[in-house]
Amino acid sequence: MRLLKHVHNWLDERFDWAELTAPLRKKSVPVHGLSYWYFLGGITLFLFGVQICTGILLLLYYRPSASEAFESVQYIMTRVQFGWLVRSIHSWAANLMIFTAFAHMFSVLFLRAYRKPRELTWVTGMILLFLAMGFGFSGYLLPWNTLAFFATKVGTDIAGQLPVAGKWVMIFLRGGEEVTGATLTRFFGFHVAVLPGITTVLVLVHVLLVQKFGISVPPGVEERWKGAPEQAREMKFFPSFFLRELMAWYIALAVLGALAAVSPWGLGTKADPFAAAPVGIKPEWYFLFMFQSLKLIPAKVWFVDGELLGILVFGVAGLLWLLLPFFDGCKGGRGRRLIMGAGMFALGFIVAMTIYGYVAK
Amino acid sequence: MWRNKRLYQVLGLLLGMGCFAGAAAAQTASTCADCHGALDAPLQVTAEQFAADIHAQKGLTCASCHGGDPSKADMDAMSKAAGFRGKVERKQVPELCGRCHSDGAYMRQYNPSLRTDQLSQYKTSVHGKRLAQGDTKVAVCTDCHGVHGLRPASDTRSKVHPLNVAQTCSRCHADAAYMKSYAIPTDQFAKYKGSVHYEAMTMRGDLSAPTCTTCHGNHGAAPPGVGTVQNVCSNCHVFQSQLYEKSSHRAAFQKAGLPGCVVCHSKHDISQPSDAKLDGGPEAACMQCHKTGDVCDQARAEILGSLMRLDQAIRNADQVLADAEASGMEVSQARLEQDQARDALTKARVSIHRFQVPPVDQDVQAGLKIAAKNLQAGQDALRERGYRRMGLGVALLSILLVLVGLRLYIGKIEQKAR
Repeated sequence: MRLLKHVHNWLDERFDWAELTAPLRKKSVPVHGLSYWYFLGGITLFLFGVQICTGILLLLYYRPSASEAFESVQYIMTRVQFGWLVRSIHSWAANLMIFTAFAHMFSVLFLRAYRKPRELTWVTGMILLFLAMGFGFSGYLLPWNTLAFFATKVGTDIAGQLPVAGKWVMIFLRGGEEVTGATLTRFFGFHVAVLPGITTVLVLVHVLLVQKFGISVPPGVEERWKGAPEQAREMKFFPSFFLRELMAWYIALAVLGALAAVSPWGLGTKADPFAAAPVGIKPEWYFLFMFQSLKLIPAKVWFVDGELLGILVFGVAGLLWLLLPFFDGCKGGRGRRLIMGAGMFALGFIVAMTIYGYVAK
Repeated sequence: MWRNKRLYQVLGLLLGMGCFAGAAAAQTASTCADCHGALDAPLQVTAEQFAADIHAQKGLTCASCHGGDPSKADMDAMSKAAGFRGKVERKQVPELCGRCHSDGAYMRQYNPSLRTDQLSQYKTSVHGKRLAQGDTKVAVCTDCHGVHGLRPASDTRSKVHPLNVAQTCSRCHADAAYMKSYAIPTDQFAKYKGSVHYEAMTMRGDLSAPTCTTCHGNHGAAPPGVGTVQNVCSNCHVFQSQLYEKSSHRAAFQKAGLPGCVVCHSKHDISQPSDAKLDGGPEAACMQCHKTGDVCDQARAEILGSLMRLDQAIRNADQVLADAEASGMEVSQARLEQDQARDALTKARVSIHRFQVPPVDQDVQAGLKIAAKNLQAGQDALRERGYRRMGLGVALLSILLVLVGLRLYIGKIEQKAR
C-alpha cells in the first residue's frame, strides 16, 4: 500500500493525477431496475481486450500460409504449453464478444439510449458491431481447415453477387478468382492489422462519447424521476460501478475458462481446395440468419435475381439500422414507434432464422 | 416489267436447283428403313435403333452386313443381282463380324486401339468350338453385343458394359432349360450376385471389379481350369498370389487336384473374407482338410490369436481416441496413425497366404506397436483433459473468491461513503 501511495504521489507531482482523473470521479451511473444492461458494453470491451492479448500470443506461433497455417494451429493446440487454452479462449471470446455486442446493441435500442445527443455513439457502436463480424469472418479462415475454406468460399461468393462492384470486391477479398493461399494471407492482414487499427480508434471514440454524454436513463425511468426527484438514484462510476463491472469481467473470464477447458475449440481437417464441399455447410452462428434467409429467397423474384435481392435488402437494412437514431424524432412519436417495432421484428427475425438455420438440413 | 421478268427467271432457277438437290438426296438414301421401320418384329429395325448403332454412326449401312443395294426401290434392293445376302445365319455371324473386326488395317481408321483378335480368340472358346461342331445354341457375337442398335462396350447401355456383362451371360447360363443339354450348373449368376465382387461392381461402382469375363475371358470364354485359377485371381490379388506361390499349400493342392484359391474362398459366391475363416466355426476353411489338434491346426489358432489381438488393440485405441476427441482434445495425428495400424492388420491378413506363423506375426507386431502408441496418445489426452478440468476447478474457485472479496469490498466502501 505504501508503494502504491508512493507511485500515486509520483504521478500526481508530475502529471497532476488528481486533475486528470477528476472526470472519472465525477462520473456517475443511474441506478434503477434496468441498470444491469449497462454492464454489456463493458463486458464487450473486456472480451475485445482478451482478443487482443490472446491474439498476440497466437501470433507467436501462427504462420499465415496455405502450407503451414493448419499445421501451425495444430502445433499450438498440441505442443505449445497452454496453446490449447489460448486458442480456445481466443475463439470462444470472439463468439461471446459478438454475442454481447449484439445484446448491447439491442439493449441500447430498447432502452432508447441512442436518442439525442447520443446518435454518434450509436453510429460508432454499430460500426464496431460490423467490424466485430468482420473479425469473425476473417479469423474463421485462418486455421485453414475444410469448414473455414468452404465458408469463406460461400461468403466471398455472396459478396461477388453485389451489383456493379461485386466481382471486384470478390477478387479483392480473395486475392484472385478463387480462395487460395493469397486469400489466407489477405485475411490475416485484415484480421491482425487493418481491423484492429480501425477498431481501436473507434472504440476510443465510442468510449469518449460515452464519457462525454454520460450514461442514458431510459425514458420511462426519466419520466418517473422527473415526477418524484427523490426517487432518482445514482452511483459513482469509480469505484462503485467500476468494481461491479470488474465482477462482471471476472464472471466472463470464468465462463471463458470453463468453455475452453470443457469444450476446447476444434481444429477439423486441413482444407483441400480440390475436395467437394462438405454437405450442409453453414457459416458461423452470427451470419446464419442472413445465410438462411438468402437460401429461402426464390432464384428469381419477378425479374430480379433472388440472391442479389436478398443482399440488397440486407445492405439497405444495415444502412438504415446504422442511421436509426436519426428517425427517432420524426412526427410526434411515429419514428419512435417504428424503431421499436423494427427492433422487435429484427430480434425475432434474427433469433428465428438462426434457430431455423441450425435445424434445417 | 423487265425487272419482274428477271425476278421470275431467278426464282425459277433457284426452284429447279432445289428440286435437283432433293432428287439427288433421294437416290443416295437407304430405302431399307422405309420398309423395315414399319414391319413387325423380328424384321423390324426402327430409325431410332439404327441411329443409336455404333456401326451406323461410323457410316456403315444395312448393306454392309446384309448386302443388297439400298439405293434401289422395293424388292430390287434385296435381289440376288444386287448382292443381297438376307438374314445372316448364326453359324456365319462370327466370320461376318470378323471380316472387318479381324482386319487391322481396316479397323485402324475407326479405332486404332481396338483389338482385332476377337475372331481368333472366339475360335478357342467353348462357344467357338461348339459352334464349329454345329451347335448353334452357343453364343455368337450378336448374342452378347446385340444387333441393330449395337453400342460400344464403354456405353453403360451396352450389353457388354462391365455393369451388364453378368446379366448378359446369365441370359443363357442361368436358364436351366436352355442349358440342360450341357449339364453344367446354372446358379453362377445367383451366386455371383451374393459375392463381394458383385457388391464392389454394382454398389460401389468399381468397374475394375471382376465380372464373368474377367475370370473366364470374353471372346475366348472358357472355364479357367483347376491349374490356372491362381493365375486368374492373381491378376488383381498379386501379393496373396506371390505368398501362396511360396507356401506349402500350393504343392499340396496341385497334388490333390484342388483349384487353389477356390478351395478356401469359393468361386462365384466369394464373400468378404473374415477372421472367422480361421476359427473352428461354420465358416472355417482350414478344418475342411485339417484335423483338430494337428500341427497346422495349432498354427491356425496361433495366427487367429495374433490377428484378434491386433484387431482388439486397434479397437481399444479407437475407443480411447474417440473419447478424447469427443472431449475436444486434439488427437487428429493419432487418429491418422491408426490407419497405419489398420494397414498392418490388412497386411497380416494378406500374409496368411504364406500359411506360416512368423510372417503374420511380424505384421501383427508392427501393428501392435502403432496401436499401443496411439492408445498412449489417447490416454495422455484423457489425462490432460483431467488436468485441465482440475485447473478449471481451481481457477473457478479463485475467481469465486475474488468475486466474494470484491462484493465485500464494494459493500465496505459504500457503507463508508454513506
